[in-house]
Amino acid sequence: MSLISLKDIQKTYYMGDMSLPVLKGITLDVERGEMVALTGVSGSGKSTLMNILGCLDRPTGGEYWLDGKEISKLSNDERADVRNKKIGFVFQNFNLLSRTTALENVIMPLGYTAAHLSEKKMLDMGKEMLERVGLADRMDHEPSRLSGGQQQRVAIARALVNRPQIVFADEPTGNLDTKMSEEILRIFNEINEKDGVTIVLVTHEMDVAQSAKRIIKLKDGEISSDTVLRK
Amino acid sequence: MRKLRVLKWALKAICRNPTRTFLTTLGIVIGIAAVIALMEIGNGARETLAQNIANMGVNTIRVWPGTITRSGVSSGSSGRANITLTDVNAILKGCPSVVSVSPVVNVRGQIIYGGNNWSPFSIIGVNEDYMKIANWSIEDGEPISKRHVTRGSKVCLVGSTIVRELFEGENPVGKNLRIQNVVFKVIGVLKTKGANMMGMDQDDTVIAPWTTVKTRLRGAGSTSLSSTSTTSSTTTATSTSDLYVGSLDLYPSSSSSNRPPVRFANVDSLIIAAPNQDEVPQAVKEITEVLRETHRLAPENDDDFRIRTMAEFSEFFTSQTETITNLLLCVAFVSLFVGGIGIMNIMLVSVTERTREIGLRMAVGARGSDILKQFLVESIVICLLGGLLGIALGHGLSVALTVLMKWPSSVSYDAIILAVGVSVFVGLVFGYYPAWKAARLDPIEALRYE
Repeated sequence: MSLISLKDIQKTYYMGDMSLPVLKGITLDVERGEMVALTGVSGSGKSTLMNILGCLDRPTGGEYWLDGKEISKLSNDERADVRNKKIGFVFQNFNLLSRTTALENVIMPLGYTAAHLSEKKMLDMGKEMLERVGLADRMDHEPSRLSGGQQQRVAIARALVNRPQIVFADEPTGNLDTKMSEEILRIFNEINEKDGVTIVLVTHEMDVAQSAKRIIKLKDGEISSDTVLRK
Repeated sequence: MRKLRVLKWALKAICRNPTRTFLTTLGIVIGIAAVIALMEIGNGARETLAQNIANMGVNTIRVWPGTITRSGVSSGSSGRANITLTDVNAILKGCPSVVSVSPVVNVRGQIIYGGNNWSPFSIIGVNEDYMKIANWSIEDGEPISKRHVTRGSKVCLVGSTIVRELFEGENPVGKNLRIQNVVFKVIGVLKTKGANMMGMDQDDTVIAPWTTVKTRLRGAGSTSLSSTSTTSSTTTATSTSDLYVGSLDLYPSSSSSNRPPVRFANVDSLIIAAPNQDEVPQAVKEITEVLRETHRLAPENDDDFRIRTMAEFSEFFTSQTETITNLLLCVAFVSLFVGGIGIMNIMLVSVTERTREIGLRMAVGARGSDILKQFLVESIVICLLGGLLGIALGHGLSVALTVLMKWPSSVSYDAIILAVGVSVFVGLVFGYYPAWKAARLDPIEALRYE
């Protein structure tokens, strides 16, 4: 069974009498362990699709099966639980909490549903994740004292701390220079290969998309091409 | 979500901007400080009052003549002159709940010693039981004895104010002073009592045997000695012997059904002691019965005397103090309300400022209720910190007032508990709307917020 299975997903925004269809029936399967790049020009609906995939938004039509569960009709609270347990997010602008150390940023998601864990256990998990992204020596640094690449690595550690099955990265290299971008993409590849975490990258840069195993192109709310680069 | 973690996050958020947090809580600090200071000073006042009342004797009962209204003209209070020695004896005989009775006669006038003169606040004539009834004692010298009273001796006790003003601090015992040109020998000095609860100086007093005051001084009671006696107030020892020594002869007819002799010596009031506070109501009942009997009042007639107990005084003054304290507390609560609005304002700003943080927390799995809890706890913690600061400030204020202005105050644990409760309540009420707004944010919108 696929990890993600979309069946004729539609999203239409209504403004008064006007209706604006953004997604016009997306049908898509993503298997466990895949690394997919979602590309398209701006306005093609890739961000909307990612919000739906990331359980931040609800489709107006169609079915969304994640890990064997239909989740397009879940309540806000139920979707929050799904996000916490199965999904990790990495954003273009990092979204770290200011004046909060890297380690505390990383363990922040654990505070919500992993409350049964002791403080020490949480810190251990956070440290392990920061070591994974190569920031063992920056744990006590606040975001303002970290470079962009380091901040994004903290964000990746935070996305992984709940051991999610899937990580969504929205333009993760958009604010980074080439060298840092390569480093970030290398980390994504590594966690995809070693841990089998499914990764969905949203990007409009083709060379970033090339680092994925499969590229899905969106155009005007529909899939225009679906290419598998390598297995 | 663990409660401790929410608290930790709240403290962290608060510490991120200490100046703003402090300014935000200032309203609460001032409000709580005012509440605490008022409660402590109010408490102090109440305790002083209770002590004053205890000093005056909670077991004492005062009896005054009633008013007469004839042809629609009221004589005002103490219009009658119907409280007499007969009543004193009758009360002592007929009221088992009464321990002792003293007549009280008031006069006013100048007192002179050497080249000094002074007008005391009160010159009263009493009997030998007065000191015990009024819970008063002698600092130096000897008290007024029964012998002094029956013989109408020209002796007196003086309060500490008199010692200071008239005798300029000398020991007055054994010296002579003149009241209305009558020479009195000072036999004792009263223990300092301080101001009473009406603020009157109780030490500005001369106490003499009531018989002496009645017969020697002008203006003691409205009627002069007796209609049976030919003596007037200017006569000397003979009149006092009429009062006491000859009293057996004066009451021959009281055993018969004839009217007793016309009242011969009215007094201004009586001061009566019950064994303790609890027996005061019973004593009042007995005194009323006895006085109605001696005054020969028919059942349909109203009392021609008035009875007041210290309990009434104490209730009156306590309710006065409480009214004022409550009024001031209302003002303090207005300040708390304004402070609460300040909290709400800053929390709304904080929610807007931290929209991205809220979006992020939601994206990683925070439910709306988690966000609500976080902001609510934050606002409660701010208010609680303000409240604690306010308690310290208010306590400091009342201590300072006690030291600087000699206002009595005492720590009110009720007020502290109330203050903590009110701060939490203010935080809860005024933090709810901003927290609710935060919890309702859409994670996508919030993450995109610039």
